[in-house]
Amino acid sequence: MSWENVIGIEVHVELATHSKMFCGCAVSFGDEPNTNVCPTCLGLPGALPVPNQAALESIMAIGMALNCTVAPTSVFHRKNYFYADLPKNYQISQFDVPICIEGHLDVTVGDITRTVGIERAHMEEDTGKSTHVSVGGRIHSASSTLLDFNRSGVPLVEIVSKPEIQSAAEARAYAQSLRSVVAELGVSDARLEEGSIRFDANVSVRPAGQEELGTKVEVKNMNSFRSLERAVQYEIDRQIELIESSGTVTQETRHWDEEAGVTRSMRTKEGSSDYRYFAEPDLVPMRMDEEWVERIRATLPELPADRIERYVASGLDAGMAAVLSGADFPTRTLYESTVAEGADVRSAANWVTGEVTARLRRGDGADEDDLLTGRQLAELIELIDAGTISSSAAKDVLDGVLSGEGDPGEVARSRDLLQISDTSAIEEAVDEVLADNPDALESLRSGEVKVLGFLVGQVMRATQGKADPKLVNEVIRARAGD
Amino acid sequence: MEDFTIAIAGARLRDGSLRAVDLLAGVLKIASDTEAQIHAYLNIDHAGAREAAERADNELAAGVDRGPLHGIPIALKDNMMTRGLETTAASQILAGYVPPYDATVVSRLREGGAVIVGKTNLDEFAMGSSTENSAYGPTYNPWDINRIPGGSSGGSAAAVATGSALVGLGSDTGGSIRQPASLTGVVGMKPTYGTVSRYGLIAFASSLDQIGPLSRTVEDSALTLGAIWGHDPLDATSYRGDYPDLFSQIGAGVDGLKVGVVKELGGEGYEPDVDASVSAMVEQLSASGAEVVEVSLPTFDIALSAYYLIAPAECSANLARFDGIRYGLRVEGETAEEMMSRTRASGFGPEVIRRILLGTYALSAGYYDAFYGQAQRVRSAIRDDFARAYQQVDVLVSPTSPTVAFEAGERTDDPLAMYLSDICTIPCNLSGDPAISVPIGLDSRGLPIGFQVMAPALGEPMMYRVASAVEDLAGFQDRPSLEMVAT
Amino acid sequence: MPVEIDIAHVARLARLGLSDSELEHYRDQLAVILEHAARVQELEGEPEVDVAHPLRMVNAFRPDEVRPSLDRDEVLAQAPEANDGYFVVPPALEA
Repeated sequence: MSWENVIGIEVHVELATHSKMFCGCAVSFGDEPNTNVCPTCLGLPGALPVPNQAALESIMAIGMALNCTVAPTSVFHRKNYFYADLPKNYQISQFDVPICIEGHLDVTVGDITRTVGIERAHMEEDTGKSTHVSVGGRIHSASSTLLDFNRSGVPLVEIVSKPEIQSAAEARAYAQSLRSVVAELGVSDARLEEGSIRFDANVSVRPAGQEELGTKVEVKNMNSFRSLERAVQYEIDRQIELIESSGTVTQETRHWDEEAGVTRSMRTKEGSSDYRYFAEPDLVPMRMDEEWVERIRATLPELPADRIERYVASGLDAGMAAVLSGADFPTRTLYESTVAEGADVRSAANWVTGEVTARLRRGDGADEDDLLTGRQLAELIELIDAGTISSSAAKDVLDGVLSGEGDPGEVARSRDLLQISDTSAIEEAVDEVLADNPDALESLRSGEVKVLGFLVGQVMRATQGKADPKLVNEVIRARAGD
Repeated sequence: MEDFTIAIAGARLRDGSLRAVDLLAGVLKIASDTEAQIHAYLNIDHAGAREAAERADNELAAGVDRGPLHGIPIALKDNMMTRGLETTAASQILAGYVPPYDATVVSRLREGGAVIVGKTNLDEFAMGSSTENSAYGPTYNPWDINRIPGGSSGGSAAAVATGSALVGLGSDTGGSIRQPASLTGVVGMKPTYGTVSRYGLIAFASSLDQIGPLSRTVEDSALTLGAIWGHDPLDATSYRGDYPDLFSQIGAGVDGLKVGVVKELGGEGYEPDVDASVSAMVEQLSASGAEVVEVSLPTFDIALSAYYLIAPAECSANLARFDGIRYGLRVEGETAEEMMSRTRASGFGPEVIRRILLGTYALSAGYYDAFYGQAQRVRSAIRDDFARAYQQVDVLVSPTSPTVAFEAGERTDDPLAMYLSDICTIPCNLSGDPAISVPIGLDSRGLPIGFQVMAPALGEPMMYRVASAVEDLAGFQDRPSLEMVAT
Repeated sequence: MPVEIDIAHVARLARLGLSDSELEHYRDQLAVILEHAARVQELEGEPEVDVAHPLRMVNAFRPDEVRPSLDRDEVLAQAPEANDGYFVVPPALEA
């Protein structure tokens, strides 16, 4: 039986505004507990919320970057539930009129790019933090929960995808793409490890071709892109195995346990949640008119989708365009400046995303941005094209440039990596090798093609790898009388 | 001890013939004579009031004039946050709670040099119409101490009626300023929704609550409102446009105005003396040149029903924060959940619990549409009725309450009967329009009757104009005897 | 028109730890009140729901500026239990 996976991803993004969503307390991490609190974010009696305009502009930017429509009118709702870290015991969130709707994000896995729909993006406030502790020295029930409300009220954007993701790899790619978009907009640090971006997955499976959806399971607690992929894959496998052994999937929330590599059922709450949503009476509606929307659109940086289009139009294939677009800003800048210096787009892209990135990621050198300029890389590519250096020698030349030895041409000369392209020099070397291998030419003439490789290898050895292998090849053939 | 109004006291404070500390002393004397019987106050801040009065005297003497409330003793309903001064909302769940911040209106009062005498009694969390729901004991009506003063701002009303404050602030969600004003023979008004900041007002129903003044006279009412209203950036529902000049029309009389008598508010269910008194005043308005017409606002018949879905729904969420975690009462439990449940069941009184249950139910899955959702439709229809009416008339009038002050304990076993006290006042909370109650006389038992004037949103100047005319025509000068007679 | 009320469920949603007899008492009272409140269904027609702010306010925002926070000591002084800068509660189970 073959199976189809139906996966949706919910993302929570903490915005990096100066102040909280509904009050003027600082958004700041690592401070002493309960030092960034006020009546509003503490839920004191009589407190009232007032929305942070910059936060609203951030979510509009996120929505536009995800190709969403910004709703002309939107309201906040109260989502009512009791929990110790939720000071008002309701969260100001959005229900049926979110700020952004109907967007999409292109997601690439390998060579395949698909479009994943985005249901909505809405604005809400974060909760406080609870820490469970055991208090030593007490006789009965030695534990309690400590509450810090510094995080309470931090602006949170929730982005919900449509259930159109089809594999664990795609789920990861979606998450990574989304993260790039948000980070690039500059509206959030969007760091998974720090919790400024959080992912939950909704996973179900169904027999291929079946229209009816399978039972959905929510998976939480994935703290890296890798664990997201692993968790989703585990859950898919678990559900398939369960169904295949005549079990049924329970609708529930499961926690990913990174160490054990499994999802575990969480303690289910009594009854399902009835959030009793109603429009927030302490706030007035929001009108996002065209003028405001366009003003924000004008501030957006080039979006990944547009950039990929631009790269493809300039001659890159889709896969490379996606990889390059997903690379960090310094990498892309290097590529752009290399091309600006006249280098061929494909070569530039290959070098930038390949050898250059590999070296910079290893941390060869102190100030990465200054180590290699577009002009230098263009020169390197030019040297290869002209046959001045071989492509393998070019890697050594690159090392030299990155170590500060100078421009590619200088490095090639000083490291004696210049390719020998002088025909007469090559003929000389070839003749020497032929002299040492008198039968070789005969074997070649009688059709033993392998001998060609051997002879070329000999010439390369004799010339310390500096001979242009193409030319060597040609000369040997000429000697053989082709 | 003279009978002061803000206007009169203000003049005397400025001409040097009266000192704020003496004004305060007079007020505190009345309090000490009457509090045992009336219980208007939960907490009198002797030290704080004294300090403010002394400061006022020094400032006024030095020529610093902070405005009409400078040096004036004012009582605050105990659902307004006062920094450093216990604030309980008349609930056990906030017993001993000392706020770390001032409500905006309190800040404005302090900036205006007002002398805050103390915090007055209320129905717990402002839920009630008699002040019998207070966890700290009821307030009694100075006109008859066997009767209630109305609610929920019964304490402030009683204080002003007795004279243990010159003016008071209350809050009005379904009539909680106007109805006690009517039952205690003082002036009480609810401003246009959004004109007085709710920041620091312990919320009952967010879309209905408004803070407003209780005072001896219409003029005092306008003076006080002027000192506390205005845009507040800490309240997102606070009006940002232009505020009218409250005094622009007072004294202009009713000649040429169109006055609409609300058909649905009167007749059966209304005490005969109340009906008669109100009709007589309407006659007088007509004789003074007003064109009087009867206006029908049919949705008023189900306004009470809509209110008793919307207000509890909002309050069920507003009161969720009282959970024993960050402030207030805590009853221990094994888990946070258990602790919350025990704390709330223990700390809230029966009326509050009733409304939280009602509101939770009205919002819950499967019931939202038929109850809360439908109540919002009724609310829209009420606004439509008002809009239509105000195309015909300048103001609408009615009794403030169907009855005069009822006896303590009379309605406590019958929630519905209690809710009916608000039938005349609720429509303006649902519409957000301003309304005022002006005392116009006593019934055959000597109990005060109130006349309600309603105006369109931001129509306070028109409302005060008509109210002032009513006040003049009524000539109501009666005061309760401070011997605390029971009739 | 009798109204069905699962009062135990409602009390649980509202975190009110009431006794069985209390619950029954409230259920009876609620039934009476709800019967009256259900009169909202008598409304004729279906008006557009317009429960906007009476003064038609929209877009009430604040700028992204930091304002002073409360003094922690003053805040924690009102807490039923606090320790080392934290509010302390009995164990809160996973939400």
